[in-house]
Amino acid sequence: MSTTITEKVRASLGKRYAREKRFRAYGFISIALSLMFLVLLMFNIFSKGLPAFSSTYIKLDVTLDAQTLGVTADATPEQLRTASYNSVVQKGVQALFPAVEERKQKKALKSLVSGDAQYELQRMVLADPKLIGTNQTVWVLADDDIDMFHKGYVDRTAPEADRRIKDFQLVWLDKLEAEGRIDSQFNTTFFTRGDSREPEQAGILSALMGSVYTMSLTLLFAFPLGVMAAIYLEEFAPKNNFWVDFIEVNINNLASVPSIIFGLLGLAVFIQIFGMPRSSPLVGSFVLTLMILPTIIIASRAALKSVPPSIREGALGIGASKTQSVFHHVVPLAMPGILTGTIIGMAHAVGESAPLLMVGMVAFIVDVPHGITDPATILPVQIYLWADSPERAFTERTSAAIIILLAFMILMNLLAIVLRKQFERRW
Amino acid sequence: MTEATLNMAAAAPQTHKPAAGGREEFAHDITGTVGKPFLDGKDTKFFSRGVNVFYTGNKQAIFDVNVDIGRNEVIAMIGPSGCGKSTFLRCLNRMNDTIAGCRVTGDIRLDGEDIHGKEQDPVLLRARVGMVFQKPNPFPKSIYDNVAYGPRLHGLAANRAELDEIVESSLTKAGLFKEVKDRLQTPGTGLSGGQQQRLCIARTIAVSPEVILMDEPTSALDPIATATIEELIDELRQSFTICIVTHSMQQAARISQRTAYFHMGKLVEVNNTKTVFTNPQHQLTENYITGRFG
Amino acid sequence: MNTLGILLTLSVLAAFSYYIGRKRSLALATPAKRGGNNLHSLPGYYGYLVAIWCGIPALIILLLWSVLSDSIITQMTLAHLPTELQNQSGDQVSLISNQIRNLVANGIETATDPAMKVAAEEYSRLQGISNMAKTVVVLVLAIIGFAIGMRFIKPTTRARNQVEHVIQYVMILCAAVAILTTVGIITSVLFESIRFFGQVPATDFLFGTHWSPQTAIRADQVGGSGSFGAIPLFVGTLLISAIALLIAVPLGLMSAIYLSEYASPFVRAYVKPALEILAGIPTVVYGFFAALTVAPFIRDVGAMIGLNVASESALAAGVVMGVMIIPFMSSLSDDVINAVPQAMRDGSYGMGATKSETIKQVVLPAALPGIVGAFLLAASRAIGETMIVVMAAGLSANLTVNPLEAVTTVTVQIVTLLTGDQEFDSAKTLAAFALGLALFVVTLILNILALQIVRKYREQYE
Ligand SMILES: Nc1ncnc2c1ncn2[C@@H]1O[C@H](COP(=O)(O)OP(=O)(O)OP(=O)(O)O)[C@@H](O)[C@H]1O
Ligand SMILES: [Mg+2]
Repeated sequence: MSTTITEKVRASLGKRYAREKRFRAYGFISIALSLMFLVLLMFNIFSKGLPAFSSTYIKLDVTLDAQTLGVTADATPEQLRTASYNSVVQKGVQALFPAVEERKQKKALKSLVSGDAQYELQRMVLADPKLIGTNQTVWVLADDDIDMFHKGYVDRTAPEADRRIKDFQLVWLDKLEAEGRIDSQFNTTFFTRGDSREPEQAGILSALMGSVYTMSLTLLFAFPLGVMAAIYLEEFAPKNNFWVDFIEVNINNLASVPSIIFGLLGLAVFIQIFGMPRSSPLVGSFVLTLMILPTIIIASRAALKSVPPSIREGALGIGASKTQSVFHHVVPLAMPGILTGTIIGMAHAVGESAPLLMVGMVAFIVDVPHGITDPATILPVQIYLWADSPERAFTERTSAAIIILLAFMILMNLLAIVLRKQFERRW
Repeated sequence: MTEATLNMAAAAPQTHKPAAGGREEFAHDITGTVGKPFLDGKDTKFFSRGVNVFYTGNKQAIFDVNVDIGRNEVIAMIGPSGCGKSTFLRCLNRMNDTIAGCRVTGDIRLDGEDIHGKEQDPVLLRARVGMVFQKPNPFPKSIYDNVAYGPRLHGLAANRAELDEIVESSLTKAGLFKEVKDRLQTPGTGLSGGQQQRLCIARTIAVSPEVILMDEPTSALDPIATATIEELIDELRQSFTICIVTHSMQQAARISQRTAYFHMGKLVEVNNTKTVFTNPQHQLTENYITGRFG
Repeated sequence: MNTLGILLTLSVLAAFSYYIGRKRSLALATPAKRGGNNLHSLPGYYGYLVAIWCGIPALIILLLWSVLSDSIITQMTLAHLPTELQNQSGDQVSLISNQIRNLVANGIETATDPAMKVAAEEYSRLQGISNMAKTVVVLVLAIIGFAIGMRFIKPTTRARNQVEHVIQYVMILCAAVAILTTVGIITSVLFESIRFFGQVPATDFLFGTHWSPQTAIRADQVGGSGSFGAIPLFVGTLLISAIALLIAVPLGLMSAIYLSEYASPFVRAYVKPALEILAGIPTVVYGFFAALTVAPFIRDVGAMIGLNVASESALAAGVVMGVMIIPFMSSLSDDVINAVPQAMRDGSYGMGATKSETIKQVVLPAALPGIVGAFLLAASRAIGETMIVVMAAGLSANLTVNPLEAVTTVTVQIVTLLTGDQEFDSAKTLAAFALGLALFVVTLILNILALQIVRKYREQYE
């Protein structure tokens, strides 16, 4: 190499290393951006959602006198149920601020506490009718606006017209605060109730149970179906057979068909043709089963493929039938991989919502579903429904529901890891 | 000690101790190698003393290699599989830097310049010391672009005409031009194995390196293609220094002036090719060339 | 008994059959001298054989009955309806049958129309009979099966082979579900689409530029026919997908390059799973984030620099969707980049190329087919993504390519048309299936193309 060439190369080096540095920086920035988004998303969800795990309560002194309630202690349970607890609550609230006279303010006073307050009293009385005629001190749920104020989301300095809490309410709340009548407690409602139009009374239990039903059924259908299909395709299917190839093409394509298409299938076939009950976990699980089947089959096949042929030959060599060698030796060895694939598929299904909108699992469900054919909704769809509500308190609960959903997904992934470890030790 | 970093821009590994100036380096312990490993400073192209190479997990592949490589000579490196021929060859243009966890110590100089020196640069070094690999590895580009790759990278051609000229002369020197001149724009991967290897040689000489390292360049080729490449090597000797690793002792005998025999990471013997094959001084060398090895 | 009860009883019966069959085979066997006996198969297989005979035919009948009984009962009920109700159009009849079913579900007392009340009573009577009959038939069949199975128990019966055959058929059936699913998707979507195109010409759908299906609910409204020009939806879908890909492809690709070529093993070990978290987050969460955080943010930024940004801008949905696709793109690219042989990189380094030169000029061109495949899969993902756009993109079918305006997409419209109260046969709901068909066809083509390209690419370096 002549020195001129060495010089030429040397001359180009500075620029080339600058380009090298820049390229490397692009890569670094890409990763940083992606991770930053992840952090931002998590921070956003958690900062919005964590406050939802507590809710605001107001201490009321109520008089459960028979006259206001319209029933006596020896009334039938039915009478007790329909007694006028609402008036008791109203009196209790008014007792806090006896001076309030103006109509608008009186109305505002009533809505200081949640609509749930009267049911709280009802529950107390139904549990112990002897309470009638006594004075009681109860902590009742505050209205969601009060809840938001107490959590510090209301800016006192903002112009009154922009606030949901008006000046006179501020005075009340300050007084309650001073008297120790307002307090934050763990939000049990969120975990023990179904959906509600009132954010402070809304909970995820019905959606959670819907998810549990739907996912259990999905697992029940998808696991055996997927594993059997995978075993057949990997171990028994003839090679170069048109139908077998066709099945494989189908599986590969189904793996990337948009999920909403499975919803259309569910609507047209399961609901319209087979007349299965709309909105039910049963139909939902059918749709999800078909959706995650390719994932399970592909993962299971990979797991089966990775079992060395010597295992099969060994089993066949000692006189086992092909089926025995597969089911007794190959499948147990492939189990960790199969389970991992199944759990990945299930984790996908747990977070899926689009196809379930199609089969009507998007209903307003207050009651906890009691069976696989009851109308139900699931956690992601509940999130979708709440996300649509304008109230700030719903935003908070949506984020909280997301936290629960993410917790489930993390749990499932941990389960996958633990299961894999277990099996690894055994085999 | 840090690992040889993946980053091409990295300065020399800290493990390296530049030898003191003067001829002090000749005092290095050379008891390991028999024959004539040194050229006594005359026309030395590559100078290596005390070279050790470690792979991941401190697994040492090369032990204290001391040898000189002369200008415009063909030196053949032979030895049983896994003895470290490739590893040593890759030290000479710092290709080992690209292997994660690989660490090189010792003193290697090209024309008296320490190749691990601070002012040295792996990119420049590799432009000066080209490499041809065992398996032909043309880039997924046209034949023309394959050969033009180096000149373009290093900015060796001022314009298209110059580039054309470089490509043509490199292909001609590699004895490939006649065969491919009508299809310079077709993919290089479409050539036969022998043609691909000659393309890789053309690609290497397009940047006019001073040294060409060849790692078993003909092991994937048939005898005819091998013969073509051997002829080529003989011609290239006029303008380049060539280090070639080969498993074929006949090949070593045919094309090289000097031969180095490696055994289990140690350089056992270096001598004129004729001497090595007719009168080996070390028992291991004799065992190997007479086929009594393993 | 309801279906679940029957199923449970059936399982108990099958378990019982297994137990009896196994015992019986052992009782019939002659013990051999050196341990073992003269049975052809292990006793368990005889048990399975009996259990199969007991369970499978009964199960098949149970399934068929459950699937078919509803439509048969409906037909029978409708046949008893007064003639003036019977002689109505098909749409009306299906509406009536729906009403009857609702009545039965919600309590017959709620019925107002006496004719309907009669029909509902008839329906629930037939349902009762059907349930009775189903229970009896299935259980009797199970017992008959058990008896037949027991007769097969002889030492010479090749029980294992027979059981294995059955298992084999069951497995084939499971594998065939994949075909059934595809067939189900195609027929349901295609069938409803054909009905839709019977009402709205296909050319109007494919080339019309005005989309307002809402007007089609009531025929008495002005413009009651509704307009089903899907071009604004297609354009909206493409716009949002393009924004998403503009984010996902460079970021995903560069992340993959950095991880596989630059990052230390330590960094790789932590960053890769972190990126995978991004892939595991449910899309409804992204949708929530897009609608409540990103969209307002973009609108505010726009307002600050004097741009008028819609609160449901295509940009917000596109950006968030892009982030969702990053890990998908990067893991696909990662596979593809790792498939490029090291020899090619060595060749380039050996010529004195820097790392980035090697990547840009050798690795990426070599990986190009695979990257194109990954791109197509990502595009198919973006086009079919539903929740993010449902929550963050609008419903207004604007024909625009301005990312700051609100657009709607195919998936958004499918969801809108099919959620809420619906009559199954209106043009409005059928339109959703036509959109579904378009979506299916496009994503199918993209997927097949991508899989083909990627496979060719892999073969090249195998
Ligand atoms: N990347 C690597 N990582 C770890 N060890 C390696 C690596 N490359 C080579 N080695 C080891 O270093 C030793 C020398 O290998 P090298 O490739 O230099 O041998 P060789 O003489 O070229 O053999 P061959 O004739 O088979 O090509 C061997 O033991 C080999 O296993
Ligand atoms: Mg080698």
